[in-house]
Parts: sequence; C-alpha cells; structure tokens
Amino acid sequence: MARSAVIIGASVAGVRTAQALRASGYPDAITLVDQDPLVPYDRPPLSKQFLAGAWTTDDFSLLPAGQADRLGVEILRGRRAVSLDPGRRVVELSGGAALAYDVLVVATGARARPSPWPVPDRVFVLRTLSDARALRSALRPGRRLIVIGGGFIGAEVATTARDRGLSVTVVDPLVAPLARLVGDKVGRYLARLPGRYGVETRFGVAAEAVVADGAGLSARLSDGEVIRADLAVVGIGTVPNDDWLSRSGLVVDDGVVCDERGRADGTGSVYAVGDVARWYSPGHGCHRRIEHWTSAVDQAACVGQQIAQPAGTPPLPGADYVWSDQYGVTVQLAGSTHATLEHHWVRDQLRPGRLAILYSKGGLLRGGVTVDWPRAILACRRALARRAPVAEVSRTLAGMLGSPSGAAQPRTAAAAGGRGNHRARSDAGKDASETETASRSLRAKPDVVPEPGKGR
Amino acid sequence: MPWVKADRDLCKGYGNCAMTDPDVFDVDGDGTVLVLRESVPEADRSRVEAAVRSCPVSALSVQDE
Repeated sequence: MARSAVIIGASVAGVRTAQALRASGYPDAITLVDQDPLVPYDRPPLSKQFLAGAWTTDDFSLLPAGQADRLGVEILRGRRAVSLDPGRRVVELSGGAALAYDVLVVATGARARPSPWPVPDRVFVLRTLSDARALRSALRPGRRLIVIGGGFIGAEVATTARDRGLSVTVVDPLVAPLARLVGDKVGRYLARLPGRYGVETRFGVAAEAVVADGAGLSARLSDGEVIRADLAVVGIGTVPNDDWLSRSGLVVDDGVVCDERGRADGTGSVYAVGDVARWYSPGHGCHRRIEHWTSAVDQAACVGQQIAQPAGTPPLPGADYVWSDQYGVTVQLAGSTHATLEHHWVRDQLRPGRLAILYSKGGLLRGGVTVDWPRAILACRRALARRAPVAEVSRTLAGMLGSPSGAAQPRTAAAAGGRGNHRARSDAGKDASETETASRSLRAKPDVVPEPGKGR
Repeated sequence: MPWVKADRDLCKGYGNCAMTDPDVFDVDGDGTVLVLRESVPEADRSRVEAAVRSCPVSALSVQDE
C-alpha cells in the first residue's frame, strides 16, 4: 500500500503542516480532512477585517484549490474524524469511511466554550466563519452590544462593533481582564483602553444571567445592575476538540499530550499541532496547550520537518507570541509575561501611545508586552531566542526612542534602562514605575517624527 | 532565483517573517516590513518560504524570476 500522511483539521495548524511536509521534501500522499465544507480559511480576520466587512473570504483562504493541487494535497471536506485506532493506523471518518495512514497529525483545534445562556439569534460566540457571518449580519449601527469576557476575542469584537457604530459594553469578572496574561499593573493600563475608545466596561463584575427581553436581551450582573442590549457576544475561552480520541489510547488531558516536538505520548506515528495539542515545554517544565496562531505555525513546521526528515532534529518552537488589534492599538506579547516576574516600562515621550514592558528574572529577559511598537516586540523575541540580558534589550529599545526609522539608532548611545527608584503605585496610573526614557538629545526632532499608529 | 515581494499596505508589523528569516526581513520603526534582500539564493528558498507562511496577513510572496 502507498505510504501516506493524514492530517485531521484544515485550519492553520493542519494546513501549515501539509505545507511544511512538502517544503521538507515529504514525497508521499498527503490527505487533509476537515469537518467544515468550506475552503480552508484563517481565523484571526474573523474578529477583525472580516467582521468589519473589509475583507471577503478570498482574502484569508489558507489553501486555495490551485495551491492544494500544486502541493499534491488532497482535501476531504465536510468529513469529521470520529475515532482512531493507532494500533492498526486507521482513522474512522463520519459517514463510515476509514482512512489508513503511516503518519497521522491531529489538528482538530478547539471550539468556543458555549454560552451558559443560549438565546438563539441574540447571543453569539465567535470561532468559525459561520459564527462570524451570523454575528456580522447582527452588528448593525445603533444597536447595543454586550460583550461577555474581556479577553482578546472580546476586545476585538468590541472594537469592531464600536467601529461599526454600535454602543458596546464589555463585562468581565476581573478588574483588569488581561491581568491573567500580563500581571495586574500592565493589565490595569490595558483596561483603560476601551474607555478611551468609547467602549463602556463593567470590569470586576460577573455576568450572572442573560435572558431574552422583548426583542432584545437583559444581562444581570453580580453587582445587581441589569444591562439591556440587542445582542451579546460571549467570549469565555475554548474547549479542545479531543473528544473523538477518548477511546484511542492516546493520552488526552485538555488536549493531546505530546513530547516537546509534538509526538503524541504512547505512539510512534501520531502527532498533534495547534489548539488541540498539549506539548511538553522544556523551558516551563510542564505540558502546555498554547492557542496562539504563531505557535500553531511553529509546531506545524517542527512536525512537518520531523516526519519528512526523520533523521534530523527540527528546532523547537520559539517563545510564545501573540498579538491583538484592539481599541485602536496593537498589543503584542512575547515569552513569559507573568505577574511574578520583575518588569519595567519603556516609554517614548515623543510617541506617547507607544509602550514596552520588559519582564525579567535574574537579569535575563523573560518576556515583553508592547503597545503600538512592533519593532520593540521583535527585539524582545530575538533577545528571548538568544537568552539575552534584559539590560541589553532595554538599551536596544532606548536606541529606538523617537526615531523616525527606528532602525539606525546606535544601541550604545543610550544609558537608559535602569529600573529607576520609583515604587509602583497601584492606582496612580501610567507613570509610577516606568523606566526613565533616553535623553532628548537621542531623539529625532519632533517635526520629523511620524504619527504614532499605523493609520487604521 | 526566488524573488521576495512584500505588500507594505497589508503588513501589520506582526514580525514573524523577521523572526523566521532575519537575513531577508526586518521591521522598521513604524512597524512595517522591510525586505533586506529582494533576491535570495536558491539554497535559501525553504527558509524564505517558511517566512512567507509565517505571515498572518499574507503580505509576503516568493516568485520565481
């Protein structure tokens, strides 16, 4: 029988695995199976460009038919994997068909955690293209939207809805919703962004019930307030699509448990990538399920190369990296940004919206968060890859301050980057513990400094 | 020889290209991609193609000349 790789799931992790297999010289058949009958598509635009009406599905196809043909990838659409027998190397599909494989890659992703308060046509989640289509047609100017969950999806939906002329209220049980990711102080800074963007917040209170009310909805909050709206979006996390593997013998624990290069524990020929995968992370000393787009791409590259070139050792995925376009700014996170790490702020006084927070431990950079400063997060990611001292990164960022190009400033010219003597004041707002930025003489003249932001 | 093209209007400064292939891509001070070398040797094709696949907004392409 001909050899073959079967990939279950044609979102970014699955499609990129197929591409990486071919790029690494895999010569045999590749079959990509997906339950969605549509051409494989990417998800980040669903909450942004597609929801805004700026992009059509052609703009974010992951694998147009022509490309699949050129790569020699067969796509089975509208078919769901229902069970796996790793001993016989057979995966059973909905409708009764069975696929034999030599290598299987599980890329079944995750689904939106369902709303605890289902109200048809008024309470939405956002995960799939059909979710996005339904929500988009409901986002009509002048309507009132409640967003439950102030994480990335909630923030991006709130932003797009505000842009489309809805009045929006975001509810989250945390006073600073992103503090889960970045610690309290940075979280509080980010929690002020929606207000500046004209989005109301109810942070620090939980939604207790959402019920149909006339033609709209009522949401009851834990502080007793009742908010009326026309529609609600619930963005409260995801659930991995691993149920179909429950009797397979694979180790499944909130995702498919894998080694540090994606091989499923207890098998020789099954890998998992993307949101459904829980890889061992040597840097963290534990298994982690990471739901970032870039991690899916990194994992796909690692697994594709490993399968195609079994004698080699592909590089491990890089540090975690995620971005979010929300409330008119781009927030980017890299590495570890946990509250327990030391952190200090780098600001650019000439471009006040621009901000970087460096997280460190023992003098080594461990992570970074930036607002509207892509070049700074790139510097952080490169520094994380080579385990650079935080002081070095701090100097690099200081060298970029106020620079119109940001590229040509000498890194050694700035003495900035110390932690300063200030103690953080928890509620004092923005400046309490930030690093003093480089001296003015370093910076370009104000009249040649471009406007912050990227003109969205 | 592979020839690299970047659509600077589509670019959002996510920077994955510059992580994947730092010899070819960088990000400028305004957060937009810089192509450091437009033509790359055949031997570097797979890395530059990996960089293209790492772009979340499909702003990059490799063409043959």
